[in-house]
Amino acid sequence: MAEEETELSDQQKKGIAKWFLINAPAGEIQYVAKDLKSVLKDDDVYNEAAAVAFPIYNKSHLIYLKMPGGYGDVLVTSYGELQDNEYLDPKTAQVVIVDHVKQVCKRVRPATDEELPSPYIEEYRYALEAELLKYAAEAYPKGSCAVYCTNGKDVEGPGSDFEFVVVISAARNSPHNFCNGSWRAIWNIEFRDDIQVLELKGKCQVGAHYFEEGNVQLDAKRECSDSTMFQGPDDTATAVVHLIRRHENEYMASLEGSYFDLSDNTFKELRRKLPVTRTLFPWHNTMQFNLKREIAEELRIGELHDIKRA
Amino acid sequence: MEAAMGLMRRMPPRHSETTLSALLSLLPGHASDLLSQVDLPLQVLSDVDSGKKFILCEYNRDADSYRSPWSNKYHPPLEDAPYPSSKLRQMEIEANDIFTVYCEQYYEGGISSVYMWEDDNEGLVACFLVKKDGSKTGQGRRGYLEEGTWDAIHVIEVGPEEEITRYCLTSTVMLSLTTDDVSSGTFSLSGSIRRQMNMNLPVADGHLSNMGKMIEEMEAKLRNSLDQVYFGKTREMVCNLRPPNEVVQMRLPTS
Repeated sequence: MAEEETELSDQQKKGIAKWFLINAPAGEIQYVAKDLKSVLKDDDVYNEAAAVAFPIYNKSHLIYLKMPGGYGDVLVTSYGELQDNEYLDPKTAQVVIVDHVKQVCKRVRPATDEELPSPYIEEYRYALEAELLKYAAEAYPKGSCAVYCTNGKDVEGPGSDFEFVVVISAARNSPHNFCNGSWRAIWNIEFRDDIQVLELKGKCQVGAHYFEEGNVQLDAKRECSDSTMFQGPDDTATAVVHLIRRHENEYMASLEGSYFDLSDNTFKELRRKLPVTRTLFPWHNTMQFNLKREIAEELRIGELHDIKRA
Repeated sequence: MEAAMGLMRRMPPRHSETTLSALLSLLPGHASDLLSQVDLPLQVLSDVDSGKKFILCEYNRDADSYRSPWSNKYHPPLEDAPYPSSKLRQMEIEANDIFTVYCEQYYEGGISSVYMWEDDNEGLVACFLVKKDGSKTGQGRRGYLEEGTWDAIHVIEVGPEEEITRYCLTSTVMLSLTTDDVSSGTFSLSGSIRRQMNMNLPVADGHLSNMGKMIEEMEAKLRNSLDQVYFGKTREMVCNLRPPNEVVQMRLPTS
């Protein structure tokens, strides 16, 4: 296979560069970027690819960045995206301008009235977020969360449907321990005014990467749904967070269960710890084995010629 | 090159083939380094004579053809191709037979192949390969896995024959497994590790016995390492992200 390798076009290189960046594990895009730049040896192509890839990565990983001015963290997600680099933080009613490639907040400004929900909606949103923050502080010590109104933010009062999205994101990066991980949960909540019911659809995604002298990755996800009555803001908030907490607890338990089964059962499907005999393989019995084979061979030699070619 | 290997360690193990081909197209000058340092999931062909499957690797390849350990023929047929000497071929046949039994015991199925050839230093090199598909549609006996593969490559360099001979083993295991059910969703673990082991053993015990024991020991270490250390670390990470609720009922282990 010694043909001349045709030089890749810039377009092809860009495609490859984007692929590497987008597929970086949680918390590792900067390391991947560094290695990629060395391998690519073309800063222009890299920069073009990064400009496209970083926003995709950031939004899909639900990264959270420190807001200037000590206001806490802001989530970078498509639900809060006002423009390409502008993200609403509903908790503090501010908008951050973000540098995707550097993964930092450049500036922050107050949100305008048009960018915020109506008072009626905000009552619900605020109550839910307050309850959510309490839950998240307990369950996700280093995480961040927010509630966005994704539909019907200008609804003035009862009589219309609207939709919220709850976003929870927790990441743990321990590069010196060769271990990184992330937990992402997105809950879609449809407020159905007609039937006075809230319909919840949740999706949890967990990832972990351990790479000391090796490379092992966990990728787990689960979807679920539930519903509850459409009540006033405070009661609704309590009910919703109660459901979220219950489902996420269940998921955590099922993850633990999967790991537990792994050692004893699941792994066996690939390779047993020991043979059924519970002893090591009798390699020294090869002599016996050889003898058996030789006899079988002699019986066959009469029928077959030339089974082995020199 | 270091950067390339760094990328290999970070990209999801499931995409190792795509990662490697991307690196090969970006660094065509480093092709031989990349191909020798990166292991990909093993491919398989069926022997023309017996229909038995055999595993493809660099050690049974010449040009674009692969030699079967069962019939000793190249697939597709090749003129002027290298073969092991008849003495070595005898050992190779025996090794394949015994390794098949070993694999049946540990892998409850799976495909195995052993290839041997003389090296330049009057020693020999042997490559033992295993490929197991443990999914419920493959050879998984208990039906737990939606998808599950274990690929192992063991390359042993045997030093020139002396009373005490030196054996150098380099082993790579690549695995992936996925369970999927309505209540717990999709759970996927995948990864690869590579280790080395050197031993000086009495040649009187027989090459096959010496090599076999080393491989068995190494596989046990790797399996254990993957289970306890690697999977264990990812589990620890999940618990760090979201400390488990003590009040939650633990699923009882299924027997």
